[in-house]
Amino acid sequence: MTEHVAPPFEIKDWLRLQLMPHFMCPGCGHGIASRALLWAAHELRLDKDKLAVVCGIGCSGRVGAYIDANTYHTTHGRPLAFATGLKLARPDLTVVVITGDGDCLAIGGNHLIHACRRNLDITCLMLNNEIYGMTGGQASPTTHTDRITTTTPAGNMEPSFDACALAEGAGASFVGREVTRQAPALKSLIKAAIAHKGFSFVEAFSDCTEINGRKNDLGESPEMLFAQKDEMRPAGPHDDEPFRPHRLRAGILVERERPEYGETYRARVGGPR
Amino acid sequence: MSLVTLPGNRASALGALAAGCRFFAGYPITPSSEIAETMARELPRHGGVFVQMEDEIASLAAVVGASLGGAKAMTATSGPGFSLMQENLGYAAMTETPCVIVNVMRGGPSTGMPTRPSQGDIMQARWGTHGDHPIIVVAPNSVQEIYEQTIRAFNLAEELRTPVIVLYDEVIAHLIEAVALPVEVVTTERKWAERGEAGYLPYAETPDLVPVMSRPGDGHRVHVTGLTHTAEGFPTQKPELAERATRRLLDKIELHRDRIEACEALRSDDADVLIVAIGIVARAARRAVVDLRAQGIKAGLLRPITQWSFPERALREAASRARAVLVAEMNAGQLALEVERLTPTKVARLNRLDGEPISPAEIVHAVKELRP
Repeated sequence: MTEHVAPPFEIKDWLRLQLMPHFMCPGCGHGIASRALLWAAHELRLDKDKLAVVCGIGCSGRVGAYIDANTYHTTHGRPLAFATGLKLARPDLTVVVITGDGDCLAIGGNHLIHACRRNLDITCLMLNNEIYGMTGGQASPTTHTDRITTTTPAGNMEPSFDACALAEGAGASFVGREVTRQAPALKSLIKAAIAHKGFSFVEAFSDCTEINGRKNDLGESPEMLFAQKDEMRPAGPHDDEPFRPHRLRAGILVERERPEYGETYRARVGGPR
Repeated sequence: MSLVTLPGNRASALGALAAGCRFFAGYPITPSSEIAETMARELPRHGGVFVQMEDEIASLAAVVGASLGGAKAMTATSGPGFSLMQENLGYAAMTETPCVIVNVMRGGPSTGMPTRPSQGDIMQARWGTHGDHPIIVVAPNSVQEIYEQTIRAFNLAEELRTPVIVLYDEVIAHLIEAVALPVEVVTTERKWAERGEAGYLPYAETPDLVPVMSRPGDGHRVHVTGLTHTAEGFPTQKPELAERATRRLLDKIELHRDRIEACEALRSDDADVLIVAIGIVARAARRAVVDLRAQGIKAGLLRPITQWSFPERALREAASRARAVLVAEMNAGQLALEVERLTPTKVARLNRLDGEPISPAEIVHAVKELRP
């Protein structure tokens, strides 16, 4: 009997090394999230030539360029809309969107809810660093209440968004959340999301040490990562009670079967063969 | 050839299908919705996809996404939606992604008069998105020409890797006319990089200034970005590379200007008064020329078919022979700005902003007013 051993995951196989060193700040969690995505792609044995990574604008938007695949750095908030056209025209591609909390929930909020509702087979990976990092640290829809940012000098007076609850409410057929502190768990979550047929939404908590952390005395990267982990409680039965400090559930939050839009379209009226 | 009667918007959809359009994303808006409705019905039968998006921003985004995937793609809208598309129009120009946008002009500004015609988007079509960017705008004036120019828009978009706008007013959109549909349509296909081509550069400078495009799945694994980029497709802020990249975008259109430019001249050779108009106003002007000639007044018409690139040489030559130029348009004076820029000949304006088309009699009257 031959034993099938998967080749080990080597991140360099998935990166455009000619672009190194990358330009993310020291301590930024986006690298861990990218690694988790590529690790998942490796384990799923995705064909790089058939992998399309569509990004928006912001720190999360710059992640795609480093990935050795078909990568699209689109306009602010719109990657899901670009991805919708790409996936409908090319059902043979695996389409992954990398977006951020501002990109996805503020300027791109409308596209998110309709992508969830439409249920086209796209995986949306939202890197939530709770701040507009690229533009210098303005409050985002997920910035905690009372946090100090450049646009909330007296502390943020708005509540933060629960992106997963939004995605679930809008009809996403797969919703999950994980922290970058738990890279293997994040990898498994992304893997399940890509394997899921239909629209998958994954929120990956990332840390912005240089801007968010420093301004609010949140410590260095390890402290921030642990703090994010401490905010999570595993998803499971009896987990719906909103008790602090574990304010958010982590893991697979929603997994349900709904008709995938592209399949429905092709079955009912036709389209690309 | 077959002869059919069609409204303008339907002719645009049929032209798109004949040109090979296989993707449409749009958002309902008066007075362009019939194009989307026709595509929703027809596209899947042609192996294509129609999708109704959540807004016009998403519509053009989806169109560009589909085009990056390899499909000939289009959307259709009107003024307010066209405003929302400007962001991704710039992205299409910057990333050199072929696409066609039909803009049926209605009264503006803002919500304006949704069911009334105007020509208020002539300048928005040229300068609506930010930054120095190339654009091609065709401006048909009959249902037949909507069909033909939509096909031409696709051919130019695919050949030159640029967004092309089909710009016409609400009158022609809903005008029902006989259209001769050709048996065979000449279509242009994009230059694709060969599968697995070694050393392929997605934005390499070629003699025709049009880079060869990569189809996802063909092994090139390129990066596409709206950031100013190198021949390799990656962002740069090096001044010499940035200047070169932006210059090439603009030069690409200039280099092919002779083939892009199109116009129709009617008795402009010996015209004392040259009328310049597009769209439905040019139809009125045509009648005005006939009436004026019958009254012994040497009038002529120059009608740009490509609004941008503007037929500069043709306008200069025709205007230089005339004593005066009259620019008639359903706006406060947009086409006139371009004409005034190009000729030292005296330019008069005839404008209407009330949502009514300009009549032949009005043009006749305006020309007579010009006479000393």
